Amino acid sequence: MIKTDILIIGAGPTGLFAVFEAGLLKLKCHLIDALPQPGGQCAEIYPKKPIYDIPGFPEVLAGDLVDNLMEQIKPFDPGFTLGERAETIEKQEDGSFIVTTNKGTKHHAPVVAIAGGLGSFEPRKPLLENLDQYEDKGISYIIRDPEVYRDKRVVIAGGGDSALDWSIFLADVASEVTLIHRRNEFRGALDSVEKVEELKKLGKINLITPAEITKLHGNGHLEAVTVKVDAEEQLLETDHFIPLFGLSPKLGPIANWGLEIEKNAIKVDNTLDYQTNIPGIYAIGDVNTYPGKLKLILCGFHEATLMCQSAYKRIFPEKRYVMKYTTVSGIDGFDGTRKEAEKAVIKTIN
Amino acid sequence: MSDINITITDREGTIHKVEAPTDMGMNLMELCKAWELPVEGTCGGMAMCASCQIYIHSDHPLPEMSMDEDLMLAEAFHVKDNSRLGCQIQITPELDGLEIEIAPEV
Repeated sequence: MIKTDILIIGAGPTGLFAVFEAGLLKLKCHLIDALPQPGGQCAEIYPKKPIYDIPGFPEVLAGDLVDNLMEQIKPFDPGFTLGERAETIEKQEDGSFIVTTNKGTKHHAPVVAIAGGLGSFEPRKPLLENLDQYEDKGISYIIRDPEVYRDKRVVIAGGGDSALDWSIFLADVASEVTLIHRRNEFRGALDSVEKVEELKKLGKINLITPAEITKLHGNGHLEAVTVKVDAEEQLLETDHFIPLFGLSPKLGPIANWGLEIEKNAIKVDNTLDYQTNIPGIYAIGDVNTYPGKLKLILCGFHEATLMCQSAYKRIFPEKRYVMKYTTVSGIDGFDGTRKEAEKAVIKTIN
Repeated sequence: MSDINITITDREGTIHKVEAPTDMGMNLMELCKAWELPVEGTCGGMAMCASCQIYIHSDHPLPEMSMDEDLMLAEAFHVKDNSRLGCQIQITPELDGLEIEIAPEV
């Protein structure tokens, strides 16, 4: 059981900044995210795109913003459960919560802050007949253990970075890699496209474009796919099919936690502390809604800050505390590090 | 500049006749969101998610499809010949009377 002060669901910019504000109050945080890396949409969808409305940054790449946030929160030693989705929540007698992920990891905290953005990212599934019948029986949407594909025949579909990168990676693992895409052009990074081209020439990747998969065949386990090239269909035998058509966010299991939901977002009290209808559960950033809500990173930062102050009062109801300025007080990391403003040098003139 | 009229059919088949400003730098994805129609626009308008896919039902002159939009649609579902990404079509006076339909959710 992982124990922490504030359990943050969602490791996007808002969730990450909450770690910093909590750290100033000496509260420890642990984050759960369905994606394998922190940063949420910024890292997953548009890491190389600029953001122009972060106060004090005339321009910052989304990926750099995430890196900076990770650097900023490092002294407060956050824990991470990545690649797992928060599934269930149970309120304990003492008012604390136990959150369990889809992989069974349990987390215990007196305060839960949902910073889930638009939801957890789920793979977009192609519209193919009997698709669900072959899920985990030859079809997977996420590659967890590449060794599964060793010396097997693999078909990958998609035109973005993950389709390209995994085709390149599996070219050295699988016995046969076929990459199928509806266009001759790819959206991915130029060097990945060039690498695939090179591997195609070497005969290590079988590239079929413009084409799409139209049928699945098998008996219990996937055995072949039908590939439509121009108007002609051909049967391609394979052991695995990995459709990589990107991810789409879904509110998912959180929608069943008894929270008040409005338009796919969690209603919170914005006049006070962004708490939900369940005391002790807060919702911050894009996942919440209130009159006048704006889904902006800078608004998420503000909400995270107020949430932490309220969380402190909830955890230590008997303690009095006033907000401190980092310029005055410096930052005491949980790792023993200290950052502080340089002391003024006082010199006497004789 | 004056507003123009655009007809939007939502996923339930309900028809919404809406006014759209031509001077706010808005696109069709944002127009749908402004009228609280169920378009996700997850990526915010970068042609990177296809959650604002629409079908064009009138023959208005539209901006040519960029390679980004074309490749994103190549990986989207429920794509038809008249599919476009709403975020890639700016609202201009020439689009007065445009008829669009929101594609199914994925």
